[in-house]
Amino acid sequence: MFYNLPFIVAGLIIMVGIVTMVFKRNLVKMIMGLSLVEAGVNLLLVAIGYRAGGIAPIFTNAPDAQMVMPTVQAMTLTNIVIGIATTAMLLSFVMIIYRKYGTADAGKMRKLRG
Amino acid sequence: MSLQTGTGFWDPLLWVVAFAIALLISYLIWARGESTYHKDTEAVKPYLSGNAEPEKGEVHIRAGNMYWGFTEALKGYYSRVVPLHSGILNDYVLWFIATAALVLVIVGVIG
Amino acid sequence: MIQDIILQNSPALLLAVPMLGAFATPLFGRISGTVRNAWVLLVMAATLAISLVLGFEVLTNGTMVYTFGAAAPSLSIPADSGGIPIRIIFTVDAMSVFMAISASIVAFAVTLYSLVSQKMSTGKDGYYALLILMLVGILGMVCTGDIFNFFVFLEINSLAGAALVAYRVDKGLAVEGGLKYAVISTLGGLMVLFSVALLYGQYDTLNIAMIAERMQFTFLDQVALVMLIVALAMKAGAVPMHFWTPDAYSMAPSAVTALLIVASQASLYGVFRVAFTLYGVALNWVTIGWIVIILGVLSMFVGVTMAIPQKDVKRLMAYHAVSQTGYMLLGVGVGLAVLGDPEMMKLFGLTAMEGGIFHIINHAMYKGLLFLTAGAIFYQTGTRNLNKLGGLGHSMKWTMLFFIIGALAIAGIPPFNGFASKLMIYESVFLFNPLLSIIAMVVSVLTLASFVKVFHSIFMGPKLPEYEEVKEVPGPMLAGMGILALLVVLFGIFPQQIVDILIAPAAGALIDQSGYIESVLGGI
Repeated sequence: MFYNLPFIVAGLIIMVGIVTMVFKRNLVKMIMGLSLVEAGVNLLLVAIGYRAGGIAPIFTNAPDAQMVMPTVQAMTLTNIVIGIATTAMLLSFVMIIYRKYGTADAGKMRKLRG
Repeated sequence: MSLQTGTGFWDPLLWVVAFAIALLISYLIWARGESTYHKDTEAVKPYLSGNAEPEKGEVHIRAGNMYWGFTEALKGYYSRVVPLHSGILNDYVLWFIATAALVLVIVGVIG
Repeated sequence: MIQDIILQNSPALLLAVPMLGAFATPLFGRISGTVRNAWVLLVMAATLAISLVLGFEVLTNGTMVYTFGAAAPSLSIPADSGGIPIRIIFTVDAMSVFMAISASIVAFAVTLYSLVSQKMSTGKDGYYALLILMLVGILGMVCTGDIFNFFVFLEINSLAGAALVAYRVDKGLAVEGGLKYAVISTLGGLMVLFSVALLYGQYDTLNIAMIAERMQFTFLDQVALVMLIVALAMKAGAVPMHFWTPDAYSMAPSAVTALLIVASQASLYGVFRVAFTLYGVALNWVTIGWIVIILGVLSMFVGVTMAIPQKDVKRLMAYHAVSQTGYMLLGVGVGLAVLGDPEMMKLFGLTAMEGGIFHIINHAMYKGLLFLTAGAIFYQTGTRNLNKLGGLGHSMKWTMLFFIIGALAIAGIPPFNGFASKLMIYESVFLFNPLLSIIAMVVSVLTLASFVKVFHSIFMGPKLPEYEEVKEVPGPMLAGMGILALLVVLFGIFPQQIVDILIAPAAGALIDQSGYIESVLGGI
């Protein structure tokens, strides 16, 4: 149970992010929820690679022990960079919507419907 | 040349040839003309039983008025489904997550 | 000598040429607008040429495996790795090549069209760069054999697409559509990454062929399968996750919408790749097949019934895109539902899959053509509202002709290509379950009905006084539409040739999971 704790926490963070995205009407809060989901997935990725008692995956002058998995760390870094670009673009969209519509409320941003 | 569908076939070239022959015959009939039709006289104007012709913008039937019978007949369906497309972003995310949860339950429990 | 180099490295060139073109576009834009337009057109033509070369190579010699960073491109397994392919490997089989060719053709026609339709806009450097980047995303998604690489290209695709949807900032409506598209696409992409994490955690590899070989279908694999299929079906526009589709497609510039359709189909390719190649016969094909069929039938019906009362012409066409996606899901879903049953597969499953896959390229052609004609009407009259348009057939004759071709093709009227693929779907699905085929035919009738409405509202009727000065659109726009219309007619008149050359190898490659694994892992 204790060894599964990182996975459970990652799942909880993803749940909190999804609940925020569903129930909060303010657009900036929805994007924060999306960031939370991304953070949860990143935590899940890094936790998958962890080996108990492992050392950093660097071969130069390495002591003779098990290393943690490096591939997931590369995947996490890629996802963090994708997340930066996505969040920047989404926040700039919200800024333009606030300037044009006068509101940042998803319940009022409804001009496209039906 | 013909598309095999496993239980039948469909030959488009024969269809095109048949259609071309039909078009040719109708063109020949059209080119014969109508001897009582004189262009550039009063006979060319639309005849509405003596009523005045409304202006062009009102003669054309607009899209909102077409298929009124269809949408009226299916009003029970449309009055439920169209409000679902509410335009609120939270509802979009909710439908997505709910579908994922439902399919997960189906696959986990049944299959 | 140089032909051999190009031929051997064509999977990498297929991505490298448009990527270089995309990043060099702002530099050329500094010189002048005409130089940049010529550069973009050159890049798109080169991509089309490379995809045709790659297609010819794969269709004659079998699946092509390209390893990035190895001493030779076909050395997929390094000698000291213990049998695991550790580099990013592009596995280009017949299905990938089919999607790449259809994407390149539509992208070339769209670029020709954009040369004129975006003449009055500002920020064209960014527009063309993002358009080429979207093509890079699509081509990467369909050619890759590595599931994390698929996620990265999916994100490239979504971000470029969202930025292009929000291109015309104007009153903020397009930005609203772009925001909705971006939020839902990002959430879908994160679900895909979640599944990738689950699969990596169990099987210690990211290569699709290797995961397929090691697949044991535990509970976590079931969760990963559901997440992948639902997220990718959402990106393809399946009901009940389709709500973003009309908002994004109606507000984007028309040329971009035609390419967004191809991007949605690349996600549909992802659904098929996951279901057929990644999992194959390990999953419970009856349940998953029926889920895909139910998604397809819902999409068909809800798409077309929501399209009939619409008043915005592009919103109507977007609902039809949802509906036609349902046909593809239905056809391939029937193939999936009989995956483990060889005689039923031979009887109707393979034909259903061929119908669904043929529908993919047909849909890209005629839907792209329809959106381009809607864009032509918007370019000349400035409105998309069907209640205000009328009588344009007197002045815009070529546009009307292209619209007729597109509308008859989407309704499935002979001799256009829509009829050929729909006939295959109707006949084979009827053998599986007659009710599904009847629903498909009713939906086809309703499709024809709604396009007759659009045709009458826009082109028929007397010449209205407010559209007195409306003329035909300029040459490059007509050329772009003409390429797609010509292909619609050609694919309709010679369907069996297209099925033999392109579609049947693609359907065969999807079903043949062991062939896929063997081409990457080398028959171990």
